[in-house]
Amino acid sequence: MSTSFSTSSARNVFYGGTAFFVLLFAALVFQSESETPKRDRREMLAANPQIAAGKRIWEDNNCIGCHSLLGEGAYFAPELGNVVDRFGGGEAGKAAVKAFIQSRPPEGISGRRSMPQFNLGEKQLNEIADFLEYASKIDTAKWPPNIQG
Amino acid sequence: MQYQSQAVAKPYFIAALGLFVAQVLFGLIMGLQYVVGDFLFPHIPFNVARMVHTNALIVWLLMGFMGATYYLVPEESESELHSPKLALALFWIFLVAAALTVVGYLAVPYATLAQITGNDLLPTMGREFLEQPTITKVGIVVVALGFLYNITLTVLKGRKTAISSVLLLGLWGLALFFLFSFYNPHNLVKDKFYWWFVVHLWVEGVWELILAAILGFVLIKITGVDREVIDKWIYVIITLALVTGIIGTGHHFYWIGTPEFWQLWGGVFSALEPVPFFAMTLFAFNMVNRRRREHPNKAATLWALGTGVMAFLGAGVWGFLHTLAPVNYYTHGTQVTAAHGHMAFYGAYVMVVLTIISYAMPQMRGRAANSNASQVVEMWGFWLMTVAMVFITLFLTGAGILQVWLQRVSATPSPFMVVQEQVALFYWMREWAGVVFLAGLLAYLASFFVKGRENAVA
Repeated sequence: MSTSFSTSSARNVFYGGTAFFVLLFAALVFQSESETPKRDRREMLAANPQIAAGKRIWEDNNCIGCHSLLGEGAYFAPELGNVVDRFGGGEAGKAAVKAFIQSRPPEGISGRRSMPQFNLGEKQLNEIADFLEYASKIDTAKWPPNIQG
Repeated sequence: MQYQSQAVAKPYFIAALGLFVAQVLFGLIMGLQYVVGDFLFPHIPFNVARMVHTNALIVWLLMGFMGATYYLVPEESESELHSPKLALALFWIFLVAAALTVVGYLAVPYATLAQITGNDLLPTMGREFLEQPTITKVGIVVVALGFLYNITLTVLKGRKTAISSVLLLGLWGLALFFLFSFYNPHNLVKDKFYWWFVVHLWVEGVWELILAAILGFVLIKITGVDREVIDKWIYVIITLALVTGIIGTGHHFYWIGTPEFWQLWGGVFSALEPVPFFAMTLFAFNMVNRRRREHPNKAATLWALGTGVMAFLGAGVWGFLHTLAPVNYYTHGTQVTAAHGHMAFYGAYVMVVLTIISYAMPQMRGRAANSNASQVVEMWGFWLMTVAMVFITLFLTGAGILQVWLQRVSATPSPFMVVQEQVALFYWMREWAGVVFLAGLLAYLASFFVKGRENAVA
């Protein structure tokens, strides 16, 4: 590099540039926070405490270790952000999701991938179903491209 | 080795390599589960193997960063470490905490682990890469603070160099952004949004400062190029890294319920993220070409050059492939992401840790470099692991492109599991490439035990 550009100018550009882009990022985060309430369905969370309980069940069983949710997580098992819709939508979709979770064979399926049997009770199944329904209502800019996730 | 206290790096490096082996073994288990779905089921379900695979990686890289820091800071500061005893005590605390966490993952169901570690009090578990029990996370913060205290005092009392300042800034940033792992709101959108403040701002932010500092240190030592020149390169690289990487965080905010303006901001800035990595490649090759000495440690030079190239390919090129919103709309959450993740972590962070280990371990064992016989075996390890990782990445990319086509682009999209069976051939090839990677790792480890005539003493 040319000698006219000294190490101390490089250092100053680093600190100045970083500070500027940190502030710009902070402004974008602030703007993002102000627009997110229109998309994140927080009114569903406020109306139904089962959703928050369902998120805890989701976390306590490490569902993200195999599945993706809104495209994030592991890619070993299907996307679940739209699973309630894929299984028929609404109450029927939630019932189908619950039935699927309940029916997993404890010893797996020979030669195939199988979801573990988590032995969830009826209350927990309702909570996880409500959580997944809430996830399906979030405005994700039309992602995924189709119902297969 | 110029300062006695640099030797505390040794246990960190040894433990890091031990965890590296565990990471690769569990990777092979997962790779097999992709094609033989019931392998080890229900004893080690996929999600458990994945936690071990990813968490072992994170912990061993952190151990590597800490070891690198303990090694290079005394030499940069021209001063002994503030407290070698604290460094050693923190090593054992960190290792035991990591081991107990892994035992917890393997010994009991995850829900039981959440219960017995009191996840109810402060729920932070069950999120990708942040699966550690809350108490382990608190332990990580305590270890990080003790480590930073020790290092900061050492830097303050001694010579201040660009390398130690950049390293310190990166390490403080690492600790600071980890605090977002304790924020876990019920609101899924906010949870995901701030989760990236740990994950993205680590690997595409502050970790790049650590990477540049470690690489710069090793290049000064092995090439003898003026520090002034190296420092300038480092500042240019990290400026580019942060200017692109901070707002580049937006490439994770396309489809998770956050506003759509992120598609443009995240796309433009993250599309520039290959630039700092390309600069790093130029940096490594330029410094080696302009070397003023012939360092006997050829293996360390190879690792340093390899870091430049593979970080650019994995983080730069494979990141760029799917970073623009119109592309990412189809590739988000597919094997394309997995392909990028593998080569980026290997090329940038695994390789830089192996670079400093390759340079520092012989020094700590009382010689400038290992014998030629040992270096030849080490280079076999380098090539086997690196070529295997290229193939792992190519096979996962192939699987990913097919997956995108069959599941998302086709006029008659197939269900996820149907598609998985159709791309199984790629998963088999990835698994075999993984076996080659393990062979490379074993060769690499064997090189530590190869004797032969030693080169000049340190």
